[in-house]
Amino acid sequence: MKDYLFSFPEQWQFSAGSAIDNWVKQLASDHRELFKAIKDTTIGAINGIEGFLNAIPWWLLILLVVYAGYKVSGKKRVGFLYGAMLFLVGCFGLWGHMMQTLSIVIAAVIISLVLGFPIGILVAMNKRAESIIRPVLDLMQTMPTFVYLVPCVMLFSVGKTPAVMATTIYAIVPVIRMTSHGISHVDKEVVEAATAFGSTTMQALIKVQIPQAIPTIMTGVNQTIMMAMSMVVTCALIGANGLGMEILVATNQVAMGKALLPGIAIVIIAIILDRLTQGLAKKSEMTPKFAKRPGGTK
Amino acid sequence: MSDTILSVQNISKLYGLNKSAAQKLLAEGADKARVAAETGVTVAINNVSFEVERGSIFVLIGLSGSGKSTVVRCLNLLHRPTSGKVLFEGRDIGQFSKKELLDYRRSKISMVFQSFGLMSHRDVLGNVAYGLEVRGVPKEEREQKAMEMIEMVGLSGWEHKGIDNLSGGMRQRVGIARALASDPDILLMDEPFSALDPLVRRDMQFELLSIQRKMNKTIIFITHDINEAFKLGDRVGIMRDGRIIQIDTPENMSMHPADDYVKEFVGSADKAQVFSAQHIMVTPSCLIRRRDSAVHALQEMRSNGVSSAFVVDSHMNFAGLLPLEGALKARKNEEPIEGYIVKDVPTVSPEMSISDLMPIAADAKYPIVVLDEGGGLRGIVTKASVISSLV
Repeated sequence: MKDYLFSFPEQWQFSAGSAIDNWVKQLASDHRELFKAIKDTTIGAINGIEGFLNAIPWWLLILLVVYAGYKVSGKKRVGFLYGAMLFLVGCFGLWGHMMQTLSIVIAAVIISLVLGFPIGILVAMNKRAESIIRPVLDLMQTMPTFVYLVPCVMLFSVGKTPAVMATTIYAIVPVIRMTSHGISHVDKEVVEAATAFGSTTMQALIKVQIPQAIPTIMTGVNQTIMMAMSMVVTCALIGANGLGMEILVATNQVAMGKALLPGIAIVIIAIILDRLTQGLAKKSEMTPKFAKRPGGTK
Repeated sequence: MSDTILSVQNISKLYGLNKSAAQKLLAEGADKARVAAETGVTVAINNVSFEVERGSIFVLIGLSGSGKSTVVRCLNLLHRPTSGKVLFEGRDIGQFSKKELLDYRRSKISMVFQSFGLMSHRDVLGNVAYGLEVRGVPKEEREQKAMEMIEMVGLSGWEHKGIDNLSGGMRQRVGIARALASDPDILLMDEPFSALDPLVRRDMQFELLSIQRKMNKTIIFITHDINEAFKLGDRVGIMRDGRIIQIDTPENMSMHPADDYVKEFVGSADKAQVFSAQHIMVTPSCLIRRRDSAVHALQEMRSNGVSSAFVVDSHMNFAGLLPLEGALKARKNEEPIEGYIVKDVPTVSPEMSISDLMPIAADAKYPIVVLDEGGGLRGIVTKASVISSLV
């Protein structure tokens, strides 16, 4: 009798783990064709991106980063600093690994934006969609990432595809949140004005709400990129090659120096991506796009 | 000839779940606080009715939370009233189809907002042309129209500037230009000048009046400033707790407030703006004709106990003023009074406001004479009556 009070009764416990495993396995075999198609498309996209990145000569990429850094910050030395940092990655002998990592990150970010942007708009515009999607987003953000690595592997086997899928699940949240936040927090009177002058819902959205929300949305894009970067090492666990894999291998060998260099490379890429996209977000806030036409219209 | 453009009939707007119970309570005459306590429903506006004549300025005034902004938003259905009807040219706007409602908003009614409601991602021109843009007017045409409006509100040269580069007063000019660009019949103005500093506000009020005269728009204007209300409004409705307490002309409201609340509200008004010469003038007690003799004039003055007489010609047109000294001299010299009439007397129109009257009264040696357009004598205003009208 006492036992019941101090330890949870055994007959009330159940193990659902194997049932879920079976369900996912069943899902994978039932829709084999579908998942294969998704996998093939994703791999095609990743390889395309990687091919594109590799087609850019290393010096041109560095020059581009120098120019972008200068454009975004307005300071020449910042551009040169970014260029030097990228150059250092090359010196580490990690250029090829960097490209592999970047192709996964870019693929995941593109999928996140393509899906996240419309979902964010939906959440902002529709109360019911919001009440369904918000808890799902909370779940995606709080669930430890390792947990959904497993089903990703079960559905897409190991390699780049599950890595991109897992990264997308992790990184899509901020772009959805910030898009919906940006759109639903546009100044109330501005939205009222759009309506009062006879805009349809679509016109108000496209001509007023989205443009007004761009700075917030850009912050979301920045966060999404950063979160995708932070998944690099985790993705190595499911067989994604690149900088993460280098770190993983070095860790297994307890090789401090070998792990440190790709670690620094990841930090460098993260810093450059962060500063460049943050700069874009700030720019979109400060200089609204005006009708570019010289002089009056008369 | 009265031509009602907008007729608001018993509209109410309730927020909350148990609206039917709340409406029953309201019908029994419960007030806002009791409805909130018993049903949890917030009454934003309660059984509001008024009519607006074409080409007039109707002002709704009340403290914040009195429901005036909600009323104005019911007129273009930014808010839908819970009950009641709004008729535009006799048609119930609540029954409009989606397309009719869009057309109504695009070409019949437009709005100016308290904090401007401008789109910071567009320049001045893009903001002013917005209403025409969503209506589908071709670019060339809408920008030309927008430029006209920008010129009218005095912002020529600023059309390609961003909104962030403008001062508050200029921003609201953009707001007004945007509202006028679609050439609407009705302009809704929700506390448009409240965010502006007093000097700019005065300029804007003046300009609004001149624009209204030029374009003959119907304006529904919201404010919490009684002076602004009385300055602009042909008729003024005063709101409290979601109800309209009194609708009247500024003069009538000042002179016959419906209850103590109105009285207190109106009492804070600058009376010098509200009242004009015709409200405080009196009939001159001592009136003589031009042909009268000096002896008769003196007799009139003595019997009325005054030291000057007002002289009129046979058509009651004002001829001048005969002071006591002049009359005495004329009697002594046995001359007609004509030569002693003082013509250099300050005269004003009946509509001149007391604030404008004050400097004249301060300098005047004699009472101020109020004349109508034809020069007919309407009455006189004494220094004492100017001062006593203000207290």
